[in-house]
Amino acid sequence: MTSLAENLQDTRSLAHDAVVPQNEAAVPTLPTSCVVVKERLYRHSLPVRLGHWLNLVCLFILIMSGLQIFNAHPALYWGDRSDRDRPLLSIRPVRTEDGNIRGITTILGHSFDTTGVLGYSNGSGRAFPSWATIPGGRWLAMGRQWHLFFAWVFVVNGLIFTVYALMSRHLTRDLAPTGKDLGGIGKAVKDHIRLRHPKGDEAGRYNVLQKLAYLGVLFGLAPLIVLTGLTMSPTIDAAFPWLLTIFGGRQAARTIHFIACSSFVGFAVIHVSQVMLTGFFNNIRSMITGWFVIKHEGVSHEV
Amino acid sequence: MKSENAMKRRQFLKGTLGAASLVALAGCDNLTQSGWFPSILGMAEKLTDRVQRTITPTKALAKEYTEADLSVVFPANGNTNPGTEEYDNMLRNNFADWQVAIDGLVSKPTIFSLAAIKEMPVRTQITRHDCVEGWSAIGKWTGVPLGDLMHKVEPLPQAQYAVFHCADVDYQGTPYYESMAVQDLFHPQTILAYELNGRPLDVPHGAPLRLRFERQLGYKHAKYVTRIELVESLTGIGGGKGGYWEDQGYEWYAGI
Repeated sequence: MTSLAENLQDTRSLAHDAVVPQNEAAVPTLPTSCVVVKERLYRHSLPVRLGHWLNLVCLFILIMSGLQIFNAHPALYWGDRSDRDRPLLSIRPVRTEDGNIRGITTILGHSFDTTGVLGYSNGSGRAFPSWATIPGGRWLAMGRQWHLFFAWVFVVNGLIFTVYALMSRHLTRDLAPTGKDLGGIGKAVKDHIRLRHPKGDEAGRYNVLQKLAYLGVLFGLAPLIVLTGLTMSPTIDAAFPWLLTIFGGRQAARTIHFIACSSFVGFAVIHVSQVMLTGFFNNIRSMITGWFVIKHEGVSHEV
Repeated sequence: MKSENAMKRRQFLKGTLGAASLVALAGCDNLTQSGWFPSILGMAEKLTDRVQRTITPTKALAKEYTEADLSVVFPANGNTNPGTEEYDNMLRNNFADWQVAIDGLVSKPTIFSLAAIKEMPVRTQITRHDCVEGWSAIGKWTGVPLGDLMHKVEPLPQAQYAVFHCADVDYQGTPYYESMAVQDLFHPQTILAYELNGRPLDVPHGAPLRLRFERQLGYKHAKYVTRIELVESLTGIGGGKGGYWEDQGYEWYAGI
């Protein structure tokens, strides 16, 4: 298994399937600045690709079956108890004075009418609508079956990835930010806001924001969502009571679990939009076959 | 021109992603309805059971709280009144005639009166009740450790499960029951409770006797217990899955 950085060198030589017209290439006196050279780069190793797509399946199912479970008691609290008069968040159908039912979402005491999506949708009172849950209908027992099965797949996949990332040095070579990376954070943020993405060789490796995002999700968010999920287990709480202490109680763990889930959704939205902005088909191909294409534009290059 | 193409492409991508997730969703619901897929999902329960039992010390206690932590309102779920004529008669008589039979695979099958149970050594614990729906409530439970009752009836070595038969039936007349592994009967916090927060149990919370099975979810805590039967296998009892809720598709192992 070779890492991204090694491959950068390995594949450099087989690069030049250039889009240089034959006649131009034959005349060496022409300036080379207009030349576009495509370079193929083996970017993602097989274990990374498999792990990535398995994660997509797991997250899709875990999030939607999680919303099914949430619907069974659509409110969040802090501490160990759920005092129903003091939720941090609740999503409920409420009958108004004129007899209509509205979906009302209340966050920290502020209420919003979310009829049609949250609280009341398609003629039924339910927190999250049927298009957002697995199964679609109200079915807590089956939602739990899906959730707890794919939670195992997610955890095992994560552990295998971690061992692989350590042993193959994927973690240290490709994911760990260098000192130079960290120094360039300010510029990277500015460039991302202006949707200016790295080009050429720079596009062949993860930029600093990418590295931090991936590290944060892999070794921050993922363990957090697993541990807060386990803190909701009464047996695990008996075995490891410190989990209740660090998360502030079982209901607090449930709330953090929900926030972590929302963060995963937020990550996915940004991740997919970055994939689209930086060349959808090239990115998707590299995550399926491993091969990524870099374009060198306007670089003086010996052809 | 270029930006128009980019927009078209973006719309195409959005459409593709949207359609893909709809297909995936419909696929999930089809899998749910199939016979084979839920049985694969069910394998996770056995794995969880095995792993949690391995990493949890047998006598590890569920966290016990203080009086200050008690829930002001302790919700009552499931059946909140058996409502049968027999139960109503018992209730009118303040449960003076209530009995619990412990039989099946035991050396000394015994019928315990409520009065006899209340004379046995008492255990009081303030614990958190975790409902499968997601809510939690903290209550102070007083009762007799089931282990003490077991030492009197002496389970036979082949006994694997204790089945709790209850006085309540659902709206279709299906009787409520639950079960646990014999080893869990001897956990110090597994008690037959007759008091909640220092007062005799009221009807919604399972008067006069209900199981407290700390370390597992609320639906395992059978209310209105009338008989404890020790068995080798759960097959042939109720729907065969080990409990009223298990027969509806909930996991028998409810440690998570």
